Amino acid sequence: MSYLKSSFRHPNAKVNDIGFTKKDYEGALSTLCAGCGHDSISAAIVESYFAMNIEPHKVAKISGIGCSSKTPTYFLGKAHGFNSVHGRMPSVATGANMANRDLQYIGVSGDGDTASIGMGQFAHIVRRNLNIIYIVMNNGCYGLTKGQDSATTDIGSASKKGAPNQFSSIDLCQMALQLGAGYVARSFSGDKNQLVPLIKGAIEHQGFAFIDVISPCVTFNNTASSTKGYEYVRDHLEATGTIDFVPHRQELKIKQPDGTSKEVELHDGSKLVLQKNKNDYDLTSKREAMNNIESVREQEKILTGLIYANKDLPDTHQKINTVSKPLNSLNKDELCPGSGILDALNAGFR
Amino acid sequence: MTTHNNIKATNDFVIRFANINGSGSASANNLFTKVVFRLGIPVSAKNIFPSNIQGLPTWFEVRINEDGYLGRREGYDFIVATNGQTEQKDYHELLPGGYYFYDSSRKLPDNLKRTDITEIGVPLTNICNENYTDPRLRQIFKNIIYVGAIAYLFDMDFSVFEDSIKSQFAKKEKLIAPNIKALRLGYDYAEAHYAHVCGLKIHRRDCIKDKIMMEGNAATGLGAVFGGATVAGWYPITPSTSVIEAFEMYCKKFRVDEESGKNKFAIVQAEDELAAIGIVIGATWNGARAFTATSGPGVSLMSEFLGLAYFAEIPVFLADIQRSGPSTGMPTRTQQSDMLAAAYASHGDTKHVLLIPSDPKECFEMTVTGLDLAERLQTPVIMMSDLDLGMNIHVCDPIEWDDNRLYDRGKVLDQSALEEKQERWGRYLDVDGDGIPYRTIPGTHPKKGAFFTRGSSHDEYAVYTEDGTVYAKGMERLLVKWDTAKTLVPKPIIKSNNKSSAIIYYGTSASASQEANDMLASKGHQFDEMCIKSFPFGKEVEDFIQSHDTIYVIEQNRDAQMKTLMVNELGIDPNKFNEILNFDGMPITAMYIVDNILKSSNQSESLKVVK
Repeated sequence: MSYLKSSFRHPNAKVNDIGFTKKDYEGALSTLCAGCGHDSISAAIVESYFAMNIEPHKVAKISGIGCSSKTPTYFLGKAHGFNSVHGRMPSVATGANMANRDLQYIGVSGDGDTASIGMGQFAHIVRRNLNIIYIVMNNGCYGLTKGQDSATTDIGSASKKGAPNQFSSIDLCQMALQLGAGYVARSFSGDKNQLVPLIKGAIEHQGFAFIDVISPCVTFNNTASSTKGYEYVRDHLEATGTIDFVPHRQELKIKQPDGTSKEVELHDGSKLVLQKNKNDYDLTSKREAMNNIESVREQEKILTGLIYANKDLPDTHQKINTVSKPLNSLNKDELCPGSGILDALNAGFR
Repeated sequence: MTTHNNIKATNDFVIRFANINGSGSASANNLFTKVVFRLGIPVSAKNIFPSNIQGLPTWFEVRINEDGYLGRREGYDFIVATNGQTEQKDYHELLPGGYYFYDSSRKLPDNLKRTDITEIGVPLTNICNENYTDPRLRQIFKNIIYVGAIAYLFDMDFSVFEDSIKSQFAKKEKLIAPNIKALRLGYDYAEAHYAHVCGLKIHRRDCIKDKIMMEGNAATGLGAVFGGATVAGWYPITPSTSVIEAFEMYCKKFRVDEESGKNKFAIVQAEDELAAIGIVIGATWNGARAFTATSGPGVSLMSEFLGLAYFAEIPVFLADIQRSGPSTGMPTRTQQSDMLAAAYASHGDTKHVLLIPSDPKECFEMTVTGLDLAERLQTPVIMMSDLDLGMNIHVCDPIEWDDNRLYDRGKVLDQSALEEKQERWGRYLDVDGDGIPYRTIPGTHPKKGAFFTRGSSHDEYAVYTEDGTVYAKGMERLLVKWDTAKTLVPKPIIKSNNKSSAIIYYGTSASASQEANDMLASKGHQFDEMCIKSFPFGKEVEDFIQSHDTIYVIEQNRDAQMKTLMVNELGIDPNKFNEILNFDGMPITAMYIVDNILKSSNQSESLKVVK
């Protein structure tokens, strides 16, 4: 394993439209196990923010506790990060977002952090429709405490320890749908071509964007008997359609839909273009999305890709009617009623 | 008529209203209290209510005292009994010579027979039935009618009642005449049937001056508005809920942008107290002023996050409106029993700054100060109010605000400060020697100042470390910061006559303790006094304790929690302290303190006093 990251970059490294190189989007060297799916997700995050021309320091990264929650150190090193407490990332992210609506927020969590200890907070951040990308790096086990089953472990799936799981698994995409998320996707850490456009779409989405990324745990849950190992997942993927993200300004360059592709429009006019396949359905229908997840599961497959998108839901700030200026930028003159109102105020208490 | 001696008193007695909750009695009782205040006489009211919305007993005790002693006083001189459920108890709790006011539409039960009291029966139900047809109005006006009757019995200036009704219903004018009519019905009935019966009088004085009367929780919510809090995360819990309700009410009044109609505040009702404080931590980490309010059970739930904020050094302002614990305890009764839980909340070595208000004005000021201190010290600051202070109305000095007062945002590096910085910046590097490092806010600078906040061990540059020496150095620096805190927190209020014995009290034990000391002084046992206002203890607290031989610590909890803090933090011999502890959930009284100090001082060896 390496313990130093090379700082060398080619002097002519490609810069994005706002003058940053990809290096500006990287973070510290990962300390996760070699081959961990989470590192591929971090790389996809780097790729997406670079391509989307987001200033790295205008992103705030927030996580809970666990292997997944360590990863914000490994991307966007110029952004502030917050490794909070187990299962409580959603509340910290909510407070941060309330304080400054102008930053971009990315929350990273795991299946233990979200589906068990953090289930309550997860439910409520979705209900609030907080403007954030929420990525679950889902390996179906507790990696950092050496491989116990998690709440997303499928019934009958067995980790390295060998005993098949007896308890129902939680499908976080279905939860997110039911609770009112406006953007719901699932992907696989080994499929960068699918994951990057989904993250780009999430960056563009205004409101709660949820991506459940199946990310095999190479150390504890990559056995032949596990339904979250590389081999099983690769053999059982069923995508909603091959996906491509088209930013708003490039729209004119793409070919007109030819009847085999379908577009999903995002908040700023950008589009996600899906090649139709046999699972094609209306991505703006919650009912069809639920149905599709279930029917693919009945075939013992895992539905990936964009599952649901609705750009028209108001986010938390819109719901509670806050000013457009970030609350953390308001000064005393804008916040304090001042001594002028004291006479009337005190008179009211007499 | 009976032959006993009636209690005779002017502007010095206690009246207890026995009602059924949800029956509309609260506004009538508040009207009475407000009129006493407007007659220029110091008054306090304690609402003793059930954890229930409708149908259970509730009492409202009003103490009228022109000398200004406004702690609770034991014994009832006058009882307004409108609740059949508690009739037996109410009847027997009346002081000898007292007055029992009841609804004589129904005869008193035969077993209620006392010859040492005066019964005053007014047929409230019958009067209502004769005058109103709407059942809802009958219930509401029944309360107003008894207020009218006692206005006559206490010889109160009726025009002040009329004025109060007029100002209360200024925006619902059509309610004025019916309310005044109801008052008049009671007044006239009492005048016709009970002329010169009652020896208790409330006569106009000029003791109030410019004072105000409000609830501590309203003052706390107002303080958060003046103090610049923009984000509040919260979860409903008695008795703290009205803090956030007040914050919201004042925000709607003072914090809505005129042009856009949008809010310069964000109030998020969270899923639980864990999320409530998580929201506060996220917001302050991101540069906003934020706060939450809760009570004991919430403090228990918030403990993990409080430890994070302590160790990762994130500002938090939390108002703990204490109630009777442990567990759910008595949710609608008061206590000062979260002192230890708050001071040392969370696992590992943690300690937190506490501010302890005694009246609403201090709630206001300590909220503003608390928001400042949290940012100056980059740590949780917990204001220890309680149910008595938070939910009851208290007379205090008017709210003041100095427009020159600036918000102390503490050590924050802005973009230009980061730009100019040549040397490597360390988030947890103590460059000033006061234990307080410099922090940065997300989004400030494209290249400098980003760091990873974590509750795991970190070095001076916020980098994860498992090096025990580096970890220990950070923990020791937090103690340097703790010492700095001692110089910044509000100082105790000391009254000294150079006596060798002293009483120490804090928060809502103040009024009763001061009254007790005056009572003891009149018996020749005067004590020096110290009212503690904060934790950690500064030099003044330590010096006061050192300079007295015998000290009584007056608290409203079972385990002498403040004493424990003093013994623990200052290394004082526990035998130096005598404990005066009231923990039955009712506000402590001066008489209780006096009795127990006298009992204790007569028992030279036995120092512990338990009720």
